[in-house]
Amino acid sequence: MTRPMTSPMILAEGIRKRFGGNEVLKGMSLTLAKGEVVAVIGPSGSGKSTLLRCLNHLETIDAGRIVIEGDVLADNDAHGHARYVTDAEVRRICRRMGMVFQHFNLFPHLTVLQNVIEAPITVKGMKREAILPKAEELLKKVGLFDKRDAYPSRLSGGQKQRVAIARALAMEPDIMLFDEPTSALDPELTGEVLRTMRQLADEHMTMLVVTHEMGFAREVASRVVFMDGGELIESRPAAAFFASPEHPRTRAFLDSML
Amino acid sequence: MDYILSILGPLAEGSLVTLKLFFITLALAVPLGLALALIRISRFTVASRAVNGYIWLMRGTPLMLQLLFIYYALPFVPVVGIRLPDFPAAIVAFALNYAAYFAEIFRAGIQSIDRGQYEGAKVLGFSYGQTMRRIVLPQVVKRILPPMSNETITLVKDTSLIYVLALNDLLRAARGIVQRDFTITPFIVAAGFYLLMTLVLTWLFQRLEKRHAVYD
Repeated sequence: MTRPMTSPMILAEGIRKRFGGNEVLKGMSLTLAKGEVVAVIGPSGSGKSTLLRCLNHLETIDAGRIVIEGDVLADNDAHGHARYVTDAEVRRICRRMGMVFQHFNLFPHLTVLQNVIEAPITVKGMKREAILPKAEELLKKVGLFDKRDAYPSRLSGGQKQRVAIARALAMEPDIMLFDEPTSALDPELTGEVLRTMRQLADEHMTMLVVTHEMGFAREVASRVVFMDGGELIESRPAAAFFASPEHPRTRAFLDSML
Repeated sequence: MDYILSILGPLAEGSLVTLKLFFITLALAVPLGLALALIRISRFTVASRAVNGYIWLMRGTPLMLQLLFIYYALPFVPVVGIRLPDFPAAIVAFALNYAAYFAEIFRAGIQSIDRGQYEGAKVLGFSYGQTMRRIVLPQVVKRILPPMSNETITLVKDTSLIYVLALNDLLRAARGIVQRDFTITPFIVAAGFYLLMTLVLTWLFQRLEKRHAVYD
């Protein structure tokens, strides 16, 4: 075996996460290489969203090891309890991951454009004039340049989610995490969001997508991960995954989706 | 009519005392209330409990009693024993009392902001302070305008309590003239002054609410 030239974008090993008496992640491991688009599917309550939220520190893990682009975010101590690096380090590392939420979480008191430029200005300390061209380019890319002065309350769900994507991209992340980005949308609005995500995938953005959209998983993802009961059941290239699922639980889940 | 004009002068002078107390109290109690609210919701249990106790004390005893205590009793309290002149004593009492009420209004406002706003900010790299300043508090302002309007209007009228320290505010000025001239007209004129002040406040808060309604 040859050693990989570069470290993986995301390396998660033996992740355990417990909410009260309920262990949601039972020693889950996952690796993401640069440019990979990985769809995470599975029944509700399988721990998909929790896994995503653990990767960027929205939840803290109880045990395991998370390494982002070669930088350790958390690792087990001698007693097998996860220990995080310093708060400043955590923020620096997590900033490389953009996230898109099911419920958008746009800032309602800011216009579309302000939503996009707020973080570069406040967090990166950029000048408004310096980020403006990039922000406008991003809004054109997601097809919402004409809405730049509108407040989020005036937008449809699909438009809100596209703003959320532009807002995340304005921070120039190396990795994009999507937590059920189309689950809160009316069915006829999912297409515009999925198209934007497909465009990102075509530009070789590294993406981890928790989704119920089997069409997206099949057509856009390079690899599909099936989770159930807090464990990774199966992880294979998308085409092979859908053509011949190996595990009985995967087959049962895919059957139930039809 | 001439009589009314003749008493306007002294009543306006009383109004100045009232307004001075009103504005200085607001200027002190709003930031203090915000600080108390932030401590109250913080993870520092001891500090949070202390603030809780403070709010209980200030809301649980009459403002008049606090006023009398700070003016008459504070000089005899060991360690903090300082003697304040009447107007500064009134300001301290009002600011401490109103900060407790404001703190609860701010706390309610802050806690009404969806958790998703904090998460949205966090994944973009915002620190807690940046999240509060840029994302949470601007939204809180809008939500607390109605209760703040209530509280500031109450403050205008509460200022009349300072008569116990023999300060010549609007109401005390009116009472002085009533006792001198044996007519209740000064009371009616004073009521007009109070109504005018609260009218301005009401109008101001309505404008603020309208301005913040743009993103509804």
